[in-house]
Amino acid sequence: MTSSSSTASPNGGARAGGARVELDGVGVRYPNAPFPAVDGVDLTIESGTFAVLLGPSGCGKSTLLRTINRLVEPTTGTIRIDGGEIRQRDATDLRRGIGYVIQAVGLFPHYTVAQNVSVVPRLLGWERERVERRVDELLRMIRLDPARYRDRKPRELSGGEAQRVGVARALAAEPRVLLMDEPFAAVDAIVRASLQDEIARVHRELGTTIVFVTHDVDEALRLADRIVVMNAGHVVQTGSPTEVLERPADAFVRDLVGVDAETRRLALERPLIER
Amino acid sequence: MSADFIAHLGAHVVLAGAALLVAAAIGIPLAGGAVDRPLPRGVLLALAGGFRVVPSLAVLTLTIPFLGLGFAPALLALVVLALPPILVNTDVALRSVPNATLEAARGMGMTERQVGTRVRWPLALPVVAVGVRTATVEVIASATLAAFIGGGGLGDYIVSGLQTGNFPELLLGAASVAVLAILADAALGVTQRRLALSLSPTSG
Repeated sequence: MTSSSSTASPNGGARAGGARVELDGVGVRYPNAPFPAVDGVDLTIESGTFAVLLGPSGCGKSTLLRTINRLVEPTTGTIRIDGGEIRQRDATDLRRGIGYVIQAVGLFPHYTVAQNVSVVPRLLGWERERVERRVDELLRMIRLDPARYRDRKPRELSGGEAQRVGVARALAAEPRVLLMDEPFAAVDAIVRASLQDEIARVHRELGTTIVFVTHDVDEALRLADRIVVMNAGHVVQTGSPTEVLERPADAFVRDLVGVDAETRRLALERPLIER
Repeated sequence: MSADFIAHLGAHVVLAGAALLVAAAIGIPLAGGAVDRPLPRGVLLALAGGFRVVPSLAVLTLTIPFLGLGFAPALLALVVLALPPILVNTDVALRSVPNATLEAARGMGMTERQVGTRVRWPLALPVVAVGVRTATVEVIASATLAAFIGGGGLGDYIVSGLQTGNFPELLLGAASVAVLAILADAALGVTQRRLALSLSPTSG
């Protein structure tokens, strides 16, 4: 039941901003669980790729994502980032080098926007001046006016603004890998679309390797260089959005993308905004 | 105000204050240490529930064989009384911090200690404060009973008022305890609202 797959960056070759992530026979079995949450996943995500883990809830995609920053320790297999085995590294040290975005609740409610964004730089002991500069730079990058937003608390932000702050926070220390766990699930469709444009633009500008978890097929098609379809702990197909739409590997993938496959394929042919 | 009244008021405040300090110093770390360990947590909360149903006067009287009369047994009894709300609220406070927030903190590379000191405890603080506030009112009111075992305080007026049928004296004791409890509650209420407000501004 092992799925073997390899994804390549569409631009070919490594871009400066992203790390190569390799998963080798990765399995996760929670104590007392009848089935493994993740079972024997082999997956290579090339440097700078926007990879989307797509599947229904409970398929193991989120667990798989969390093995990459060691929030979940695999029971089998190994994971390498830029060739280095992550198990050999100190977990907190590793995590400071990997961006992590979850739904809006992940912002610290007792911190201001600036304090939230600068968590990792401050953990890394950056000079105060460098931290301040970086905060302003990041807020401008996500198109929030630093003068207006720096000192706000998360409660004073809209859902979309909070999520953009979450992205800025994850990118603060210039990570070479960015993990995003259903980051836009809690916002409405219009805001979600603009957040998707935003993250696509950031990815284009920075070339960070992104691993993005979603159960939303349209979101996956819209953002991914490579889609990794998962079901019941296994990777069932890996490919470009077009490949997944045109040649679904099995009945499961066909059902997942199938209902509107033709419309979706046509939508892909039309270039997205700025893409 | 007579010197006698001020002395009694002072004794009352000292007794109640000392009991609260001791209870907070024991209860908050204890609940904090147990919150993520199911077995100790279960035992602790069961004890807290048990202490809660024991009448204050019984606790006061039960300490006499061990500590005799006076300040010490009164203090012990009041600490026992103050512990349950502090334990329970600290536990609830720490558990009410969303798991996702803690995961985000870990995911960004905070050590477990940093997750505690920078995220979990600061977010729990307003609810911990509710526990201390509840305990404060209970302890100020119950410190009155300390007079029965020679613990002093404003309860002396009530005890002697009862014994001699001196209604104004009894009223003086009862009313001043009530006023003291209300004032302490209001003061802590303000502090607690400030704490909560600093976490979740509603305007701006």
